Amino acid sequence: MSRFQVVSGKGGTGKTTVAAALALALATEGRRTLLVEVEGRQGIAQLFESEALPYEERRIAVAPGGGEVHALAIDAERALLDYLQMFYKLGSAGRALRKLGAIDFATTIAPGVRDVLLTGKACEAVRRKDKQGRFVYDHVIMDAPPTGRITRFLNVNDEVAGLARIGPIHNQAQAVMRVLKSPETAVHLVTLLEEMPVQETADGITELRAAGLPVGRIVVNMVRPHLLDEDALRSASGGRRKELAKVLTRAGVTGSAGLVRPLVEQAAEHAQRVGLEREQRAVLAGLGLPTAELPLMGEGMTLAALYELASEFRKQGVGDETADIAGQGPGASGRRGSGGGGTGRRGTGHGGSGQEVGS
Amino acid sequence: MTLSTDIAPGLDTDALLDDRGIRIVVCCGSGGVGKTTTAAALGVRAAERGRKVVVLTIDPARRLAQSMGIDQLDNIPRRVEDIDGAGSGELHAMMLDMKRTFDETVEAHTDAERAGAILENPFYQSLSAGFAGTQEYMAMEKLGQLRARDEWDLIIVDTPPSRSALDFLDAPKRLGSFLDGKFIRLLIAPAKIGGRAGMKFLNVGMSMMTGTLGKLLGGQFLRDVQTFVTAMDSMFGGFRTRADATYKLLQAPGTAFLVVATPERDALREAAYFVERLAAEEMPLAGLVLNRVHGSGAARLSAERALAAAENLDDVGMADQPAGNAGLGEPVDAPATTSPETPASPLSPEPHGRTPHTSRPQDRATRTPEPHDVPEPHTPSAPPVPPTADGDDVPPCDAVSVEQLAAGLLRLHAERMQVVAREQRTRDGFTALHPEVPVAEVAALPGDVHDLSGLRAIGERLAAGAAQAGAA
Repeated sequence: MSRFQVVSGKGGTGKTTVAAALALALATEGRRTLLVEVEGRQGIAQLFESEALPYEERRIAVAPGGGEVHALAIDAERALLDYLQMFYKLGSAGRALRKLGAIDFATTIAPGVRDVLLTGKACEAVRRKDKQGRFVYDHVIMDAPPTGRITRFLNVNDEVAGLARIGPIHNQAQAVMRVLKSPETAVHLVTLLEEMPVQETADGITELRAAGLPVGRIVVNMVRPHLLDEDALRSASGGRRKELAKVLTRAGVTGSAGLVRPLVEQAAEHAQRVGLEREQRAVLAGLGLPTAELPLMGEGMTLAALYELASEFRKQGVGDETADIAGQGPGASGRRGSGGGGTGRRGTGHGGSGQEVGS
Repeated sequence: MTLSTDIAPGLDTDALLDDRGIRIVVCCGSGGVGKTTTAAALGVRAAERGRKVVVLTIDPARRLAQSMGIDQLDNIPRRVEDIDGAGSGELHAMMLDMKRTFDETVEAHTDAERAGAILENPFYQSLSAGFAGTQEYMAMEKLGQLRARDEWDLIIVDTPPSRSALDFLDAPKRLGSFLDGKFIRLLIAPAKIGGRAGMKFLNVGMSMMTGTLGKLLGGQFLRDVQTFVTAMDSMFGGFRTRADATYKLLQAPGTAFLVVATPERDALREAAYFVERLAAEEMPLAGLVLNRVHGSGAARLSAERALAAAENLDDVGMADQPAGNAGLGEPVDAPATTSPETPASPLSPEPHGRTPHTSRPQDRATRTPEPHDVPEPHTPSAPPVPPTADGDDVPPCDAVSVEQLAAGLLRLHAERMQVVAREQRTRDGFTALHPEVPVAEVAALPGDVHDLSGLRAIGERLAAGAAQAGAA
């Protein structure tokens, strides 16, 4: 399991939640993880129901089995001042720089510099060792910018190379890229089983690969339970409504006559969605990456729900060193007994990705 | 399908689109809430109500461009065909190309020789190719241009997928003041005065600063910036003026902001920030569009009662089976407790077999390829069963008992009601903060939008959403 785990995804797919659950999952058995955010949104604090995170690493949660999750909100401006202090012993001159707008320039306007500072800080935490020479953090998990910007964000070298051809920022960019392009790093993409996020995930993977950045897993988030299949539904749409009403009444539902129609309609919507989700699963399967799935939290995201998601990750082998060989991740294995020929309707195979025809 | 029980007024989007005094509608909100789709749907609806509309999208998904019949949107507004324009209505659509817009702005405001020097400058090339702020700045620049052309009587703008919804208001100012600011003046001072000789006129702090930045970024970088800034000198006043003009345009009465969100906590939190920010900037907010709202036609049956009834049916119908069913949508750690050899049940287990619903054999009537413990890609199957009207033509499938079917419907309903309740709570939180904001709810579509009729359907739901949100 790579030591630096970058979590990206289309807006609205819940990448902050996934990053936090991953940090918890990886912190089990006495391990220590650092969860970092880089966009100043304080999403981690909200998720862990804590106060706004300062620019310092602090413990934010305890994982089952005694592990610890630490958190850090990286602020580009502070990172730059720290950095200047470290290399140039600037002291109060830093304030003067800020007053002149130079810090603002360097962290928000100068192309790529901001990204170098943010990724640089995270990489520093990845490489940091204690006095005994052990890594301070077993894993660093970054809640990264969305898929549309992730390659540019991580590919700081290209961004900065054309501008700062020498100097510490240049060197910093080189050092950062060495970590980012090594097996120490894995970039995960969070998606939903919907067309647009899946498309964006596919595009994002292509871009990341083209830039030589290591792609980790696809995390399918907010997966809803499939409660009724299409056969059952067809049967409902047949002439069984009267029977259904009777059965509902017998089960204790009052006024069931008027409920059958809306209930069956809901089931039809559900079936339509299941069909669409199946198509998107096939697209994801075609991408050939290990996949993890997290369920939709029906009651919304709470701290308890976050721990459930973390335990879900662990059940799927995420964080389990031995199970985490490429292609062996959950969802990557294609085993399953075939069962029955199925109807002809289902029997139509689909490309190379459909190994589950009619089972 | 209404969820509303509160006092939030309804947002009448049709009245907004019909108001000839409204010339600009800005759709803003956090990422993934359907801003671009909302902008496109509003465009279609406005055009079909007789307005001459241009939709400026920032980064549309390919499918969305295709849904308007335009395979590749670019920096030039293209007319969308097949709009039923009620006489005078037309729809045009375009996608912002920020580099091209920046190039054009440079070319329009300086002579050819200088423009060439600027366009070739490495610093300019990075700046225009897009880092924080440029996209937002150019979106506003393009909006100003479209408005100045006066060819359309309604411009609908989508906003960039920023870190936060607020970037779109801040970035143009930030970039504008940088390009026109003190720091830039300082950077170019030595170059203007004549190389190092000029340095003695600067105080120690300033020279130290350029020195430090030079060390940090490399000397070439600063020289690129200096060359760029010197070449741009004639345009600086223009940048600030233009940023200010666009800002004023956004404050004008002919502009309306629509904040777009979904009934999710994060999206509504961003929406609330945005509402507050617009008020602080004196920018006119028309209301909140709440996308993907779920409802139920059987709302009078609560989740709890539905689940209880489903359990009753399990007991009756499958007395020989463990009748496990924990809360739906709430994953339970125990894996499926029954083996695949147990009798058939119409209930598909969850994708992971997370809930201990009774499983079913793989060779019986139900064939959904759901793995029990390993999520796995599905093969696309035949089209989903269409919404049932009176489909007596389909023979009943006797492999599924009515009890099992009813239990499945009830569980599905319980899940839906849970979602409805959560969305309502989230929405109530927003309404408590901002009771004055009119809301239009857009009922969730089961599928994605692929064509104009899909956009029309959303437009209709938007229009209907006012009545729903307002009904209390």
